[in-house]
Amino acid sequence: MTTVTETSSPILVQQSAGAMPRHHVLIFAGLLALSLAAPFFLYPIFLMKVLCFALFACAFNLLLGFGGLLSFGHAAYFGAASYISAHAAKVWGLSPELAILSGTAAATILGAAIGSLAIRRQGIYFAMVTLAFAQMVYFFSLQAPFTGGEDGIQNVPRGNLFGLFSLRSDFTLYFVVLAISFAGLLVIYRIIHSPFGQVLKAIRENEPRAVSLGYRVNRYKLAVFVLSAALAGLAGATKAIVFQLASLTDVHWSMSGEVVLMTLIGGMGTVFGPIVGAAIIVTMQNYLATFGAWVTVIQGVIFVIAVLLFREGVVGVIGKWIRKPL
Amino acid sequence: MFELLGIPPQALFGQLLLGLINGAFYAMLSLGLAIIFGLLNIINFTHGAQYMMGAFVAWMLLNYLGINYWWALLLVPIIVGAFGIVIERLLISRLYHLDHLYGLLLTFGLALIIQGLFRNYYGISGLPYSIPPQLAGGQNLGFMFLPNYRGWVVAASLVVCIGTWFVIEKTRLGAYLRAATENPTLVGAFGINVPRMITLTYGFGVGLAAFAGVLAAPIYSVNPNMGADLIIVVFAVVVIGGMGSILGAIVTGFGLGLVEGLTRVFYPEGSAVVIFVIMAIVLLIKPAGLFGRTA
Repeated sequence: MTTVTETSSPILVQQSAGAMPRHHVLIFAGLLALSLAAPFFLYPIFLMKVLCFALFACAFNLLLGFGGLLSFGHAAYFGAASYISAHAAKVWGLSPELAILSGTAAATILGAAIGSLAIRRQGIYFAMVTLAFAQMVYFFSLQAPFTGGEDGIQNVPRGNLFGLFSLRSDFTLYFVVLAISFAGLLVIYRIIHSPFGQVLKAIRENEPRAVSLGYRVNRYKLAVFVLSAALAGLAGATKAIVFQLASLTDVHWSMSGEVVLMTLIGGMGTVFGPIVGAAIIVTMQNYLATFGAWVTVIQGVIFVIAVLLFREGVVGVIGKWIRKPL
Repeated sequence: MFELLGIPPQALFGQLLLGLINGAFYAMLSLGLAIIFGLLNIINFTHGAQYMMGAFVAWMLLNYLGINYWWALLLVPIIVGAFGIVIERLLISRLYHLDHLYGLLLTFGLALIIQGLFRNYYGISGLPYSIPPQLAGGQNLGFMFLPNYRGWVVAASLVVCIGTWFVIEKTRLGAYLRAATENPTLVGAFGINVPRMITLTYGFGVGLAAFAGVLAAPIYSVNPNMGADLIIVVFAVVVIGGMGSILGAIVTGFGLGLVEGLTRVFYPEGSAVVIFVIMAIVLLIKPAGLFGRTA
């Protein structure tokens, strides 16, 4: 598994570590302005869902787009963090920031455990191993005493941030979620453009060569796996506080598929693609909710079309037009 | 009456039989996956959906056309296999020059479509498919009661698995297939139509999944989700066995079914995850899989 982004890689590798290029600064500023204005026009709950999934997809893309590792079980970290965060807020009575941190910590530990086993296999096997372990987490969530089985953990209190600010209002919570996901995005951006990120790209492009250059490839792979799991966990933990719910949907394999779809639609291996992909898929689910079970079919069709005709994704295509890596 | 570790023998052998039957399905499905992977280099995520289609097409043949189980056993693999061939020609064949991962993503999307369509038209409650009258009833073996149909499932899947192994390992056609798995370019240079062989192999693998689906129809209720959860376990089976060897896939499939059955007797809570735990252990000790050739 050397080149996941077979055609878009030439425009990606030229990016070197250092100051943020001007067009990226502009995009970040634009995104921030857009998301600060958005809650005045759109429903905050919907926007928070987009933010959580954007962070989730960016975390996933860190592993797939930059590490070249296709995990088909990212729902495990998202869902486990969501359960732990909900449990911490509801049963332990922790404040929301601590609940989110506990969820993220749980996802990190889980990511380290599964990652250290999964990186022993490559390519297609890696995808199967991660999927199988995620299914194990799903069965655990189904049977464990604290997860509430089919009901999940409901009515999770949003609590007071730092014990001071009440998050009961969607409007207030929106800005907290915005801060979390923006911070997550900046962390991911920093990782991608660090020397560590450059080595990751080298491994993705040509693993034997990276080995021959003396890099301990497995350490890099495990590190990016754990980082990705932790950030996916951050997204899941935040989602549990927003929706006041942790349920089996969050750990199911279809959730793992959804995050793959978001990343694919937006553009694998681009910085901003997964955000666009998440916005598209969440919006689609919102508008197509009336079609009920057809949503699965439509998602499947989008998957097939994206793989056959649109492998670079929305942002990948735009990046090609303007000849700048996005 | 003797007792084994405090477990009544009826319960023990009953669970072992159930395990053997699950193992039969693991073996047939992982065999199909391994054959497809060998030649096409893609993991066929649609395999579970095609297994489910097998069960549904058998149900449709019976309820819409009055075609009985025995004819279904013959016709369904052909129908679903032909469907697989169409998919391979129209969609999958466009991806051979790309990374393997795109094949996985494409077949995942196809699985979503197929499962979603069946869910829309038939709901998720499941449809009954009765055991053919010739195989109703059962035998009392003294230590346990063996329903005829279950015995038939184990026997039929063994015959199919061993037949497949024989064709691939011992015949001329199988030799071409193995050669094309090793080096398709060279085999093509000898004048063998490799693209057609790839298409037929995919059709055969899909047909095998559909055959398993027909066998499963009278045991499990016919429902759109029957393949989705099974395929993930089969992936774990494939990781444990490694896809290098046909016989390895068969042995691993049946073996893991038995282990799962034993777990259900001695530690029921663990039965859903035991195969994943074994997968973790195998990854620690022998990352290439029990029968895998290279890491």
